Amino acid sequence: MTAAALAFWVLAVLAVAGAIGVVTMRQPVHSALCLLASFMAVAGLFVWGRAEFLAAVQILVYAGGVMVLFLFTIMLVNVRRQAREAALNRLTGSAVLVGVLLFALVGGLLVAEARRMGGPEGAPAASAARLSTTVVEAAGKAPVEVKGNSQAVAWSLYRDYLLPFEIASVFLLVAMIGAVVLGKRTMEKFD
Amino acid sequence: MPGLAHWVGLSFVLFTIGVVGVLARRNLLTVLMSIELILNAVNINLVAFSRQIGDVGGHVLAVFVITVAAGEAAIGLAIVLALYRLKGSVNIEDASEMKG
Amino acid sequence: MPFPLSDTLLILPELFLTTAGLVLLLRATAVGKAGERSIALLSVASLVVTGLLLWVPAALAGGAARPAFGGMIAVDRYSAFFKVLVLVAAAVTILFSLRFLGTSPYPSGEYYGLILFSTVGMLFMAAGTHLASIYVALELMALSQYVLAGYFKQETKSIEAAAKYFILGAFSSGILLYGLSLVYGATGTLDLAAVSQALAQGPRTPLMVVGVVLVACGLFFKIASAPFHVWAPDVYEGAPTPISAFFAVGPKLAAYAILARIFFEGFGPSAGDWSRVVAASAALTMVVGNVGALMQSNVKRMLGYSSIGHAGYALLGLLGYGTEYGLWSILIYLTAYALMNLGAFGLVVLLEAKGYAGESVDDFNGLAKKNPWAAAAMVVFLLSLAGIPPTAGFVGKYFLFSAAMKAGWVWLAILAVLMSVVSLFYYFRIARAMYLVEGEGELKWREEPAVTAAIAVCAAGTLLVGILPQPLVALARTCLLP
Repeated sequence: MTAAALAFWVLAVLAVAGAIGVVTMRQPVHSALCLLASFMAVAGLFVWGRAEFLAAVQILVYAGGVMVLFLFTIMLVNVRRQAREAALNRLTGSAVLVGVLLFALVGGLLVAEARRMGGPEGAPAASAARLSTTVVEAAGKAPVEVKGNSQAVAWSLYRDYLLPFEIASVFLLVAMIGAVVLGKRTMEKFD
Repeated sequence: MPGLAHWVGLSFVLFTIGVVGVLARRNLLTVLMSIELILNAVNINLVAFSRQIGDVGGHVLAVFVITVAAGEAAIGLAIVLALYRLKGSVNIEDASEMKG
Repeated sequence: MPFPLSDTLLILPELFLTTAGLVLLLRATAVGKAGERSIALLSVASLVVTGLLLWVPAALAGGAARPAFGGMIAVDRYSAFFKVLVLVAAAVTILFSLRFLGTSPYPSGEYYGLILFSTVGMLFMAAGTHLASIYVALELMALSQYVLAGYFKQETKSIEAAAKYFILGAFSSGILLYGLSLVYGATGTLDLAAVSQALAQGPRTPLMVVGVVLVACGLFFKIASAPFHVWAPDVYEGAPTPISAFFAVGPKLAAYAILARIFFEGFGPSAGDWSRVVAASAALTMVVGNVGALMQSNVKRMLGYSSIGHAGYALLGLLGYGTEYGLWSILIYLTAYALMNLGAFGLVVLLEAKGYAGESVDDFNGLAKKNPWAAAAMVVFLLSLAGIPPTAGFVGKYFLFSAAMKAGWVWLAILAVLMSVVSLFYYFRIARAMYLVEGEGELKWREEPAVTAAIAVCAAGTLLVGILPQPLVALARTCLLP
């Protein structure tokens, strides 16, 4: 096994172990820490998979933003007091069964298909290289080749995907307004 | 070397764990975290397929997914807080004034 | 750039509405609760202006479908049809909210702002031709609505509705996205036209089949069709009543717009796979919705179940893919659906509730004596919901069921007719309460001219489409997908 393959397996196992921890831990704080571990492992996988920009975003947004939100909320709602209740509800049995069936049936199909698509040797080097090179064409100038995954994502995000990007900005505004509206303790200040 | 099949398999495992978490857990905070797991599984898929196809579009969609996940987490946690203030609990089963 | 900057003109209505939302948010902080009415009326005005501005992209496109922003959205008559319906739903919702919000301690600026932003999301959903823009627009709509559901946050029911809506909505988005990622893997693109091309050429792979099924499941959540309907009655009951009206109409219209667009324009070549899923869900949805409604005494809950049943009928139109009735039967039905549901919810708004969200069928007792016009309007909506002529609901159902028959789904059409008969029972209960039962004590009633006017418009529309369906049919036939 090469070092790269070893790295993949370590990260993958860590990601799955973290995910299992999220679902099985009784204390939300422990779940949150497992989630963090899973996020970090996935960020590592992104680097492995030539998605360096996404890896950075994953760490900044999830570890830096989302996790902090979760931890604050856990702190505010003081869940420790309630942890004595059984963590799993009566649907557990059927839910697990559904999960396992779903997994066995569909997962097998998907992996077999991916194996057929991917061939034995992983992604072709040529197509992977396209993720970190962009040919920039400007009117009246010779095309320039720009290197780097962040550059490639940026060129795509601000040109081809400009419209969804702008819609996402309205989305974030709504998230901000909504969090203020719902999170504010009282309404007296408005009059 | 791990190839596309490994990535898709890993993503599917995470997706399944997330779905089981949403269906089986009753603590709203854990349910929210399970939803984040599902979105993570989506991103792994997108990165793997992007690499296979050689198209950066998957990365861009993944950026949007992360953005949306962050926004949803903010609103979801605000709802959890508001619910806790009213009911003193963050369990789904305690949110059951409406029946039928 | 891959597209000229003049494409910005093609989204002028959406740009205007977003700006209007921002301005109103700021203005509301200046005028406070006292200026609530002016904020609401300005919101309605901006929706009307947005509707008028739809003319600009239409004129630029010159009647043909025109892709904009490098194929992210398309300006076509199909999207224009949905945009007009969505704008009407939003405007009517705001009129319904006038008194409802005014008597509550909650701020108005954010409320109307969120309705406008949610509408922006719906407008982009109707136009989206690329899975990325559709997804982001869908989330913009959904996120605004989670907040609106829980807007009356000191009411336990409101927050519970928000929690349920949020959890199931976010979960369904996750499933939808997972499906999208598989579709992306199978076809190598997120553009609907290119997806369709890849599907027509390439072999039928498990990746694609699973992807299509998961996308279908995610969208079924949004239109509340079985087995993904459980959230709807709770959310409709718990949310503020004007918002329930909005939920029952706006998001469903937008979700149907993308459902039909994704399935027809993107997944058309694999219709054999999804039509079975759609048929199964349609059958289950019609039964669950109509039988569930039989057992409800809360009117909002009953309307919730009935709207589940209606989601099932509308799915029949999707099965008409490839036949002459397919898409325009959905357009006609959704027009009828919007008018009659908005009207019915409007009357619930007018009934002074016993506390928050306590409207039961008994609250309608004796309405005919107290206010014959309101009772008559309600009868129109009930007849339409049950699908009895001469109302819009009948016209819509007629074409939908014909579409199912033409596509060879005879047993589904028969089931749909049977379920329409079942629906008579619960709709009749409201009519009976209004006309045959004596009201005990004072009938509580909120007089509000804006709400009355909106209801009158809905009732007139319901009757007009029912009596004179030809103009709408002719219009719908020109608003199909290319």
